[in-house]
Amino acid sequence: MAIPDWLRSRRGKNAETRDAAVWSKCPMCGEVLYRRDLAANLFVCTKCGHHFRMMAYDRISMLIDGDFTEIGAGIRPGDPLGWVDKKTYPVKLAGDQEKSGLTEGIVCGVGSIDGFEVALGVMDFHFRGGTMGTVVGERLTLLLEEARKRSIPCIIFTASGGARMEEGMFALMQMAKTTAAVSRLKDDGNFFVTVLTDPTTGGVSASFAFESDIIVAEPKAMIGFAGRRVIEQTIRQKLPDQFQTAEFLLEKGHIDMVVDRHELKAALVRLLQYAAAGKRVRA
Amino acid sequence: MNLIVEREKGLLEVERRISGLRSANANQPVDMSPEIAALQKKYEELQRELFGSLTPWQKVHMARHPDRPTTLDYIAQLDRFDELHGDRMFRDDPAVVAGFALLGGRAVMVMGQQRGRDTKENLRRNFGMVTPEGYRKVQRLAKTASRLGLPIVTFIDTKGADPGISSEEHAQSEAIAMCLYEFTEARVPIVATIVGEGGSGGALALGIADRVIMLENSVYSVASPEGCAAILWGDSAKAEEAAERLKLTAADLQRFGIIDEIVPEPLGGAHRDPARVVAEVLGSIGSSLQQLSESSPDALREARYQKYRRIGAWQTERLETVGPGR
Repeated sequence: MAIPDWLRSRRGKNAETRDAAVWSKCPMCGEVLYRRDLAANLFVCTKCGHHFRMMAYDRISMLIDGDFTEIGAGIRPGDPLGWVDKKTYPVKLAGDQEKSGLTEGIVCGVGSIDGFEVALGVMDFHFRGGTMGTVVGERLTLLLEEARKRSIPCIIFTASGGARMEEGMFALMQMAKTTAAVSRLKDDGNFFVTVLTDPTTGGVSASFAFESDIIVAEPKAMIGFAGRRVIEQTIRQKLPDQFQTAEFLLEKGHIDMVVDRHELKAALVRLLQYAAAGKRVRA
Repeated sequence: MNLIVEREKGLLEVERRISGLRSANANQPVDMSPEIAALQKKYEELQRELFGSLTPWQKVHMARHPDRPTTLDYIAQLDRFDELHGDRMFRDDPAVVAGFALLGGRAVMVMGQQRGRDTKENLRRNFGMVTPEGYRKVQRLAKTASRLGLPIVTFIDTKGADPGISSEEHAQSEAIAMCLYEFTEARVPIVATIVGEGGSGGALALGIADRVIMLENSVYSVASPEGCAAILWGDSAKAEEAAERLKLTAADLQRFGIIDEIVPEPLGGAHRDPARVVAEVLGSIGSSLQQLSESSPDALREARYQKYRRIGAWQTERLETVGPGR
């Protein structure tokens, strides 16, 4: 199936309603942008270059050549703690599903990028702030296992507020589970790349996001362990604007490169070419 | 203010009266024994009333009690301990204590977060909140232990990883992530014990293990109750509510299969009889190590993988579609 058809087939009524929002305002410069122009520009502000947070399927269609075979799509969240605050957790999840058109905070699958078969996972901040619960952890693990089975590179796009509170310790344990899967993948000599997008924090940054061979980030993405608010409360002072941005992390030596979204696919293809050129060694 | 310390104030008053009567009784012609017995009974009733059934929030305070045995109290009862320092890059983090040790005659690598008992020590130990340098010390020694074939024994006691500016500048995320990675890869038995509070990724960094032990009143959660309340409701004052919801008690976590064993505490908490609690915990760790020592390094790693592979997968069991979709 060609990607546009496939995308249409994936999108339900909710997506159509969402698309009805014809105009989007740039949160950075305030420019009002025609949604179609914004999409054509890969969701980068045509005026100031601000990188909007992308929907998972938009991201996939930006990268994948043709078919994309989803992994773990049938897995749905449960409610292990029986969580209730203002709403029950299942009600919150239903709201996220309605709002995002997704069943959970990540879409995983196998497809080709410029001829290279890859296992691709894309987190989506629009679903519960991209938080990692059991389904996100399980889909990621299935993806990493599939990459290992097929001996193909794995690329994961992160966008996450961290571990999902409503799933308590089950959510925290996904850090352990995904790490275990990453370690097996790498031990077998497979190439693992993470692309950190705005924002990447907490339990996601402190697990698979920073366990990859190569870490790429999008411009101005907020990346860190502790949230800005938490740090400001702890030290009782305002943090400088550039603190925890992708550029700040690049300067500090935490990540390999910051790549503009227009160059991202080409940069990933070059990385895949280098990895394919080597003779792999198993640990 | 610690809720448990507050509750103990009434008890301490009765305790003082009992010991006062006892010493007076020794040099008095009138026998005060009945009064002492009555007070003793009252004391026990009060203790049961105050500590017989603790709410999750009270357990959080028990886990943070200033007199609760900390990592160094456990280490002090080991047969031998040689502390090792530093990350070989920048500094030695006093919020993590680590080194070679003998436990029940067995050579091990021991490591744990260390908080302070008073303000001065807390400042030095950063309240047990570990910086990237501390996590790199942990990684380094975990690697050494794995290569030498020495089991790893960890003690967990932290609200969470340090959330400061310099920790972010020194890649706190990477430091924690690579601890998880080293513990996953380690070719030796790992036994972790949550002796106080286990808060978020900062605790889990020392928590990936073949066997996880928890004290009865310890707590272990995805975020500290204050942090959870701030994240979800923008109000850290709702921590008590978060503590109720997070299912952070030892009993909850054993039911979930996230921890393996609970070491009971005396009524009123581990600090009421620290010697007994420390001995019991070390005994439990010793028997776990004995059991695990029978597995080969490959079998250990495989079992560890399968253990974490299963956690949280339970929701999928009821679904028809698992694995590659479409």
